[in-house]
Amino acid sequence: MPGNYIPILVFLVLAFAFPVVALSLAALVRPSAQSGERLTPYECGIQPVSDSRGRYTVRFYIIAMLFVIFDVETVFLYPWAVQYKALKVFGLVEMLVFLAILLVGYVWLYKKGALEWV
Amino acid sequence: MLDQFFFYIFASVILLGGLLTITRRSAVHSAIFLIATLLGIAGLFLHLQAEFLAGVQVILYVGGIMVLFLFVIMLVNLDQAARQRQFNRQWWLALLAAAAVCGEALYGLYRGRGAFTFPGAVPGNMPPNTQAVGNALYQNYMLPFEVASIMLLVAMVGAVVMAKKRL
Amino acid sequence: MFNEFFSRQDLLLIKPAVLLALFGCGILLTDLLHERRHKYLNAVTALLGLGFTGVQLALIQRAMSAAGYSEVSGFSGGLVVDGFALYFTWIFLIATAIAILFSVRYLEVENEHHGEYYALMLFSLVGMYFLATAMDLITLFIGLETMALSVYVLAGFLRGDRRSNEAAMKYFLLGAFSSGILAYGFSLLYGLTGSTNLRAVADALVARPSGDPVVYLALITTATGLLFKVAAVPFHQWAPDAYEGAPTSITGFMSTAPKAAAFAFLLRVFLVPLAPLRPAWEGLLVVVCVLTMVVGNLAAISQNNTKRLFAYSSISHVGYMLLGLVAGNETGLKGIAVYLLVYVFMNLGIFTVLVALRRKDIIGDEIEDLSGLFFKNPVSAVFMLIFLLSLAGIPPTAGFLGKYFIFLSLIETRHYVLAVIAVVFVVVALYYYFRLVVMMFMREATDPERLNISPGVAVALAITLAMTLVIGIYPEPFIRLAAGSVLVPFR
Repeated sequence: MPGNYIPILVFLVLAFAFPVVALSLAALVRPSAQSGERLTPYECGIQPVSDSRGRYTVRFYIIAMLFVIFDVETVFLYPWAVQYKALKVFGLVEMLVFLAILLVGYVWLYKKGALEWV
Repeated sequence: MLDQFFFYIFASVILLGGLLTITRRSAVHSAIFLIATLLGIAGLFLHLQAEFLAGVQVILYVGGIMVLFLFVIMLVNLDQAARQRQFNRQWWLALLAAAAVCGEALYGLYRGRGAFTFPGAVPGNMPPNTQAVGNALYQNYMLPFEVASIMLLVAMVGAVVMAKKRL
Repeated sequence: MFNEFFSRQDLLLIKPAVLLALFGCGILLTDLLHERRHKYLNAVTALLGLGFTGVQLALIQRAMSAAGYSEVSGFSGGLVVDGFALYFTWIFLIATAIAILFSVRYLEVENEHHGEYYALMLFSLVGMYFLATAMDLITLFIGLETMALSVYVLAGFLRGDRRSNEAAMKYFLLGAFSSGILAYGFSLLYGLTGSTNLRAVADALVARPSGDPVVYLALITTATGLLFKVAAVPFHQWAPDAYEGAPTSITGFMSTAPKAAAFAFLLRVFLVPLAPLRPAWEGLLVVVCVLTMVVGNLAAISQNNTKRLFAYSSISHVGYMLLGLVAGNETGLKGIAVYLLVYVFMNLGIFTVLVALRRKDIIGDEIEDLSGLFFKNPVSAVFMLIFLLSLAGIPPTAGFLGKYFIFLSLIETRHYVLAVIAVVFVVVALYYYFRLVVMMFMREATDPERLNISPGVAVALAITLAMTLVIGIYPEPFIRLAAGSVLVPFR
């Protein structure tokens, strides 16, 4: 395996080690009393009435779906940006056509009110 | 030697993550183990020196699609759904059928394992993955690339048509 | 603007798809400006787009015959426009035009008359065009997904109706799953041959020693994905539910244009890259054909919902068409082409009448809703009779012609047992088609409401009836057209 992937390995080890170390240190340091009142979620002194899952609007889900689609578009932009010089004007026009089609989609979304948050 | 070691690590992460995904009772736990599987796949791409694909796997699959999964788990009241009648009374038959298909596929792939030989694929003389993908995607495969933009447009329109209350 | 990867000829070859995409985007944007009572203008724009695309296709066809080429390829062999592609693209265009004609009033009654409907139909046509013309595994897959995604959304277009949501969900889940299996098969084909071009794959598979298990694995997964798409048994489970729940106008569209496109895809893949493996897949297809005819016809007998009945009838027709592929000679492939042309018109005719049955407060898709149709609206009852005769394969309607060529090809290639089984099930099919005829002509009407015949429905009925009778009575020009579309099997 090429040596320039070693930083990724280091990063992975650090990312794995940090929460493990933090949580285990916390478990060692804190007092071990675990009973009754201590296990209920804190709600500013009031008794919790119900489960914390309320009803959410589907608007969040529409935004998440649109995020994925525009994320795919962004991912297509990365290799194009890397090869920009080699692809010259032809690559530029090609990418502009791609973006234009998705711009039509964006304008439609905007006018339909799918991006409204209120 | 080191090659094989990393391959087995990633493969075991993928298989273990997959097994745990389908056996957990809590939907959130299943989703987290699916994320572990996908990260294992990204590691496998990295092992094959396809770093662009590894990055795309993490950005799109984990960062987009798994987030959508978790959104649905949040939006739908799953505890109540889990108490309803499940459709998995014949899980043993499904397991048998899946094992049969898996066995046949493994047998076929094992018998023909000499079939996948790409002459000239020596590591060290390949261009970096992102450049290779860029060259292929925007020159040789430009037609599927442009049609993919229409597909994304259809997905956008379809998502809003199906989900929005008033069009 | 043009370089070695993109020539002027390439642009000419994809112009039909470009026009369709432009009109689709145009409908999306102009729909934002229309008031509710002007929404039918979207249909007009869509038909205009189809007209322009047809003109462009005719220009390509004329340029090709003037220069004497039988096929033109572009994108370094990634796209090919030959007789096969042109024939199927015309079928797609005409089927979509008729579907748009009868959709307008239906959507108004259902209160879901949005412009996105027409835009999605045009985008699915873009996908279908690439399914018919592509010679590259990746382009084929992307075309398939574009078409399929549009149809999934269209199947769920009645957003308030639970059955429509269920239909879309089932269709989507099974379609996505089968696309995954198909992609696995394609990846194995690429891994074995090192190329995604269909002809290069065929060359490399010829050079391989036979009996290689990985090649069989690739064949089986690819064939599974393809048979799912055309709803052959045992991969047909999604079709009855999807057809029953979807809006009736979309069921009409779904059972004709995307099915023809999936069939074009199947033919292209089986006759070019998988052609060297013919001894392996011929037996598989025989089993699938027999199962499809058996299940399709027998299951239709007990149906009470017309849309579900015609779903099973579609499944059985696919069984007959696949018999032509089993025969594999020129008559067989010509027979498939003729059968698909005829099937499109017959099915669209039936669904035009079913769409007209949807009136205010009456859903109209049970068989009882057809009762007494002759006394309420004799014209549509007689038309329906002719369409049902055609579906059953009775001369002098067009349906007979398709079955004739398929059976002829089976006899020419000595598949006598298959021919006998097919004829037996033609007789079985007569039962459930004539059950509808009895309902229409010999029962009292259950509701007094008149049919909802809009101008679009009237035109669609006229076109489909005319073609069903003309192709049956004077088939010569159509047989010649179909003969020009026969895909030269790869050698």
